[in-house]
Amino acid sequence: MSLLAVERLNKAFGGVVAAHDVSFAVERGEMLALIGPNGAGKSTVFNMIGGQLPPDRGAVLLEDKAITLASPQERFRQGIGRTFQIAQAFHSMTVCENVQMALISHHRESRAIWTEARQHHRRDALDLLSQVGMAEAADRSCSVLAYGDVKRVELAIALAGEPKLLLMDEPTAGMAFRERAALMDLTHSIARTRRIGILFTEHDMDVVFGHASRILVLLRGEIIAAGSPAEIRENAQVRQAYLGNAPALTGAP
Amino acid sequence: MDLSFVAIQALNGLASASSLFITACGLTLVFGVTRIVNFAHGSLYMVGAFTAATLVPWMLELWFGPVSFWLGIVISALIVGLLGVVIEVLLLRRIYGAPELFQLLATFGIVLVLQDLVVQIFGPQDILGPRAPGLRAPVEILGRRFPSYELVLIAAGPAVLAAVWFVLRKTRFGTLIRAATQDREMVAALGVNQALLFTGTLFLGAFLAGLGGALQIPRVAANTGMDLSIIAECFVVTVVGGMGSVPGAFLAALIIGQLQAFGILIFPKSTLVVVFLLMAVVLAIRPYGFFGRPEILGGTHAVGIASRKPMARGTLLATIGIVLLACLPLIGDPYLLKVATEILVFALFAFSLQLLIGVGGLVSFGHAAFFGLGAYGSALTVKWLGAPMEAAFPAGLLLAALGAALIGAFVVRLSGIYLAMMTLAAAQILYAIAFQWVEVTGGDNGIVGVWPSNWVAGRSAYYLLTLALTVITVLFLKKIIESPFGYALRAARDSEPRAEAIGIAVRQQRWLAFILAGAGAGIAGSLYAFSRGSVDPSLLGIPTSVDALTMLLLGGIQTIAGPLAGSAVLHILRDQIMPLTSLWRLFLGLSIIGMVLVFPRGLVGTIRQWGEDRA
Repeated sequence: MSLLAVERLNKAFGGVVAAHDVSFAVERGEMLALIGPNGAGKSTVFNMIGGQLPPDRGAVLLEDKAITLASPQERFRQGIGRTFQIAQAFHSMTVCENVQMALISHHRESRAIWTEARQHHRRDALDLLSQVGMAEAADRSCSVLAYGDVKRVELAIALAGEPKLLLMDEPTAGMAFRERAALMDLTHSIARTRRIGILFTEHDMDVVFGHASRILVLLRGEIIAAGSPAEIRENAQVRQAYLGNAPALTGAP
Repeated sequence: MDLSFVAIQALNGLASASSLFITACGLTLVFGVTRIVNFAHGSLYMVGAFTAATLVPWMLELWFGPVSFWLGIVISALIVGLLGVVIEVLLLRRIYGAPELFQLLATFGIVLVLQDLVVQIFGPQDILGPRAPGLRAPVEILGRRFPSYELVLIAAGPAVLAAVWFVLRKTRFGTLIRAATQDREMVAALGVNQALLFTGTLFLGAFLAGLGGALQIPRVAANTGMDLSIIAECFVVTVVGGMGSVPGAFLAALIIGQLQAFGILIFPKSTLVVVFLLMAVVLAIRPYGFFGRPEILGGTHAVGIASRKPMARGTLLATIGIVLLACLPLIGDPYLLKVATEILVFALFAFSLQLLIGVGGLVSFGHAAFFGLGAYGSALTVKWLGAPMEAAFPAGLLLAALGAALIGAFVVRLSGIYLAMMTLAAAQILYAIAFQWVEVTGGDNGIVGVWPSNWVAGRSAYYLLTLALTVITVLFLKKIIESPFGYALRAARDSEPRAEAIGIAVRQQRWLAFILAGAGAGIAGSLYAFSRGSVDPSLLGIPTSVDALTMLLLGGIQTIAGPLAGSAVLHILRDQIMPLTSLWRLFLGLSIIGMVLVFPRGLVGTIRQWGEDRA
């Protein structure tokens, strides 16, 4: 049983086909990269799995359970966490409160009115923050953080729901080069130790080839290739269609 | 009901649809380009009517004939167009980037200013304009007489639509308007002179408002109440049609015209209710109206409450404050106590709104609905059940909470400017019901004889009761703001996608917030009813909603103590200004505008900013 199974997803906007019979699976503990040129349909596929967009046809199954039309809230309860292309955090709160908020929701306490939110799960939140290396900033306002740090906080928020699957839309977009590798190393080790499956899209090919366990290549709404980084690098179709006639990519060390 | 009657009603509907469209078209054009919902659009309509009702007779005296009449109408509209230019250059230009809440409030400031200016220039009495030369005799349609002027009006709507279509499609100015409606940033990036485009759009929009008003003069007397009644209808038309869409406005105006014409047969007294119900239904199905698009949103969100360290000795200071307030009756001045009671009531009212705006980011423009429901709930219980105050208070609270549950259920599906319009519309429905259902609510006169029980009949006792209930409610609401519930509400305000992705049921959370805020406002309303001994429809009116917003803004929406300070300042200002001058609306309007421009963080927020800057 795969962690996530995507079966023949289809989506069209007007006459434009954004996804055509997209099928793939994500296993526990693996990092699966979804790549493709701009307009290939990555975000569409991603948002159909995240629950922001209903598919025209097809199914999304999490541990064999259909969640095709479930809302983002329900998906969170089923064990899907996500980060956004443009990092989304609660800017009026402190770093720690951001994670506490996610823990409050995870424990279904967001209707409580007699207790103070600040007192809920602070220890657990600090724990998660130290995992992403942000414990020192716990009591700073999220609005003053550098963008790369917001991305780390976002990762801690996503982990607060104890997800089985983590969706990361362009996890390193907008980050400095050095930060990128650090964030992906961190994500990678979390995926391994917690046995979380990670599906991510990414533009930075160093990140993709350096960190993905497998790669899916999407072109005009269809998956044209799937395999290990080495296989994808050698795939003639991918090089022709996606990379054009550019020289072969060199993988990250 | 025979055929001829149906035909006449349909024609009546078409005539009012035309008038409505001409005015609403200007509003929607201005919104499309500037993204500002111009509250003062109805005031421009009113100025158009007054100008024409004064100018046209004068022109007819110079030379009697249809040419003078129609020329007078067009000149009046042009004058209003120029007024629009003045407003754009002096005010709107400075607030294009401001949060939508501030934009709405600033343009409401213009409404107040123009109300007083119109009275100063044209006098307080209604002015009925002359009938159009050549169109005085009615025509006969299916054996019934029908005013021929109405036929001209029916033609005027499509004519204006055609003219606007021509301008939008065939002129460079129109191309720019359409481009700006689609993507304002791109138009700016292409090096278009934005200032000129915006000023031009305001001229066109104001011209249409003036034309709509001027065309009314043979039908309705120009009067000082027409600004708020037309703006409410225009909001409905633009929202139902989709904000920024001219064809949408036309379609919506047609439907609303017919609904009014035939709705009068079903609900003879509540045509307004029918119209607003249409809006509720359309928005429930299509949250952006017929032809609106989700991308079209107003200004940015206002910055609300944020986490900060608990103030040192905050509890101590609050306790001292409450004790001092409780000692106020020792001074024993009855007038002071009356004012203090009202300040507390309005502070509570504004504070309940803080939960929606400051915490939830939900810009409710109809908070008077819940204040009024609380007041009427209590008053009706006293009047019809003969209940004592102790039973009437819970009844008011319950009615307000129920109303909030009902209104909130519609409203939480919306966001931004649509939410503001919908809450405003909901409050107007209630206003219309209170106004028109005379047998139950007493209509315009309201309900009198709503007096407190004997044990709190004295001024001091009632003041202390108000203080106690206000303190309890404020503490309760403050607790909610600090609770997981309040944090989740704030989370949804900060980032809706993030809140959903961590499993927060955003709509339900907001719906509950509406109920809590509504109940809080209901308590304030009940307290107010018993302090005055009466209720009337004005408690549900737009000015009451704006009062709450002004206090909130004055105090600062990012602070918890803000609404309390705002209520006190506004009340004292009013008490000081009102006896001195008949122009208090002008001063209030200018103060609101000044506040938006100078103190966008409010008084408490600004003071705290100074403190933080020095620290």
